[in-house]
Amino acid sequence: MALLQISEPGESPAPHQRRLAVGIDLGTTHSLVAAVRSSVPEVLADETGKALVPSAVFIEECGQALVGNQALSKQEAFPLDTLVSIKRLMGRSYSEALKSGMPYEFVEDGQSMRVKTRHAALSPVEIAAKILEKLKLLAEGTLGDALVGAVITVPAYFDDAQRQATRDAARLAGLNVLRLLNEPTAAAIAYGLDHGSEGVYAVYDLGGGTFDVSLLRLARGVFEVIATGGDTRLGGDDFDALIADDFIKARQLTNVSHQTRRTLLSASRRLREALTDLSEHVESVVIDGQTDALTLTREAFEQIAEPLISRTISCVQQALKDASLTTQDIKGVVMVGGATRMPIVRRRVGDVFGSTPLTDLDPDQVVALGAALQANLLAGNRHPGEDWLLLDVTPLTLGLETMGGLVEHIIPRNSTIPVARAQEFTTFKDGQTALAVHVVQGERDLVSDCRSLARFELRGIPAMVAGAAKIRVTFQVDADGLLSVSARELGSGVEASVTVKPSFGLSDDEISRMLTEGMSKAGVDAQMRMLREQQVDAQQLIESVKAALAADADLLSAAEQTRIAQQLNVTTKAAAGEDVDAIRVAIKALSAVTDDFAARRMDRSIRAALTGRSLEDL
Amino acid sequence: MDATTDLSLATQDHFALLGFPRSFSLDQHALELAWKRVALAVHPDRFATRSAAEKRVAMQWSSQANEAYRILKDPMSRARYLCELAGVDLQVETNTAMSPDFLFRQMTWHEQLDALLEESHDSHARELAYQGLIAELSQAENEMVLEVGDLLDHNRFDQAASCVREWMFLNKMIAQLRAID
Repeated sequence: MALLQISEPGESPAPHQRRLAVGIDLGTTHSLVAAVRSSVPEVLADETGKALVPSAVFIEECGQALVGNQALSKQEAFPLDTLVSIKRLMGRSYSEALKSGMPYEFVEDGQSMRVKTRHAALSPVEIAAKILEKLKLLAEGTLGDALVGAVITVPAYFDDAQRQATRDAARLAGLNVLRLLNEPTAAAIAYGLDHGSEGVYAVYDLGGGTFDVSLLRLARGVFEVIATGGDTRLGGDDFDALIADDFIKARQLTNVSHQTRRTLLSASRRLREALTDLSEHVESVVIDGQTDALTLTREAFEQIAEPLISRTISCVQQALKDASLTTQDIKGVVMVGGATRMPIVRRRVGDVFGSTPLTDLDPDQVVALGAALQANLLAGNRHPGEDWLLLDVTPLTLGLETMGGLVEHIIPRNSTIPVARAQEFTTFKDGQTALAVHVVQGERDLVSDCRSLARFELRGIPAMVAGAAKIRVTFQVDADGLLSVSARELGSGVEASVTVKPSFGLSDDEISRMLTEGMSKAGVDAQMRMLREQQVDAQQLIESVKAALAADADLLSAAEQTRIAQQLNVTTKAAAGEDVDAIRVAIKALSAVTDDFAARRMDRSIRAALTGRSLEDL
Repeated sequence: MDATTDLSLATQDHFALLGFPRSFSLDQHALELAWKRVALAVHPDRFATRSAAEKRVAMQWSSQANEAYRILKDPMSRARYLCELAGVDLQVETNTAMSPDFLFRQMTWHEQLDALLEESHDSHARELAYQGLIAELSQAENEMVLEVGDLLDHNRFDQAASCVREWMFLNKMIAQLRAID
């Protein structure tokens, strides 16, 4: 493992200490990994020279997975075992999966669900993890060393459950997630840095399964997202489904099997892609042993497609309204996502904005390239003069259920993140000692119309008359767009909190169990490597704690200093031994006793940085 | 948590954090630059490879900076915040007292609004009346902003608070009017 050199922010480590970080675009149809090499971001090609890895996973009899083109080649023979477009199921419930119309067998699994193949039943998180694992191996193979971390992109309009699921998948794949980055924002970085642009730009991102629109102000190295909108159930797949439905209706097919549906969807996609350059096309299909033909003119396709395009335009108009802008304020519109190759999309978007959309960066690659640039920046590899800051927003309003099934909005959509907001509530009944907190996400006023994110209870409130208790509920959204909620009764100090996730994703316990299982299967070499890595990690932590003590011991009480000194001893001894688990435990313990110290030092250094700067510095 | 680890930063007011004196009048452009300058220094992206504890501190500072900018950039929330800092409770929910003069103006505005809504036959006349009322209310709001600013900058917070309540009322009425359109 590469040594983690901690340098001051703003300082570039020496070349040989470059820390490898990649950007990953985990797409509905394709996934890509990109890295900055010799100051230029580039997409890393796989062993066959292809940059786009199909987001397809085939589960073999032994339970092993094939990923990418290898998986896709099995699709025709084994449509139920070849999992594609899994991104559409991330963070979704069983009933939502059924409603998706995707031709797979779903099984309910508590709050979440699994996709059933002949040999396994996997959660969308596990399936996505297989794709990410493949990209990780590809990157490490190409770059020649282990990765420090990755920036993973998500649709801007992904809700909390979908973001959590994506982060879980990355962790399961053994990736250190430096940041979840919104796809349109990633594209804006790639464009903005490439063109040195200033002004307000729109990013229109129509992918395989999701649609996003973001409005960004680019000024002096700051990418400020002003508003975002979209639809996480609208992408190229939906155009294919309309073509397939049209065919099914025309042929009056009934009881369409999953296999037939998959055949038709694949043919529809080839047909749609062909119509980008041709005015008419035919795809032959074999249905139940009979050969048939899907025929479509571009004109007919555009009629079918019109309602979907109109939905994207409505999202664009809502985003403009949210930002209090008109199309005249927009300097350019950037096209992202393979589905923006459709001529009707370019034409309609061009009409709305009154300008020719920008398409000079490959719409399939631009998100991964932007993510790679951001990953390189976050890993601390930036060179002097090469610096920028992203200020992104929450896509959806976050709120709480109050009396009568109504939603009290706490953090409105398009709030700059990170954001923390608190609101005070009180009890409804005399002597009430517990308060149920139900966290929801969505724009509507009724709880039943919003997405339920989490429920938790604040217990042990001292009995008082109704309305006397003062309960402060705090929402915190971090830079990944992930929410945590805490509640505190101000009189008694009773507290409860939750990191929003258990509703649909995997619990932390589940993830660590899966990771441990993976490790126990590893061979002797890998175990030796793990031991060395743990020893190095321990040594680094010990060094950094010693350095921190030398610089800022005045931040600690005598008792705290003693506690830290004791744990330093314990960890030093463990690091000299060969017991991987003991070292891991000792590292954890030393981190735990020095956490507050690290936080105080950080606070001190930020305060110093803020007072030391003047207004003209930016 | 003991006092030293409480990083809620309650003592840091929004003006101090962004480096501005406590004052109603401020340069919007300078405010935006100051926000970006602070954001650049404290954003968690600057500390992506640090420990969880350190990243948490950055996130808290960053949240605080964003909140400061949100409150200060909007004149009404800035005015409310200045009253709050001076210990004057606006009593938005409970105090509905307004000056007789304002109540009288409010009454005439409502009459104009009702007349406007009844004017359904002549759409041109209605449009004219609508634009006229919007213009009158916007003019009243502009005057009110000047008055609130003057009161706040002379530390007359109690008077400022009642003026802000009237302003909030007026602002709501304008929003309702725009929604009709």
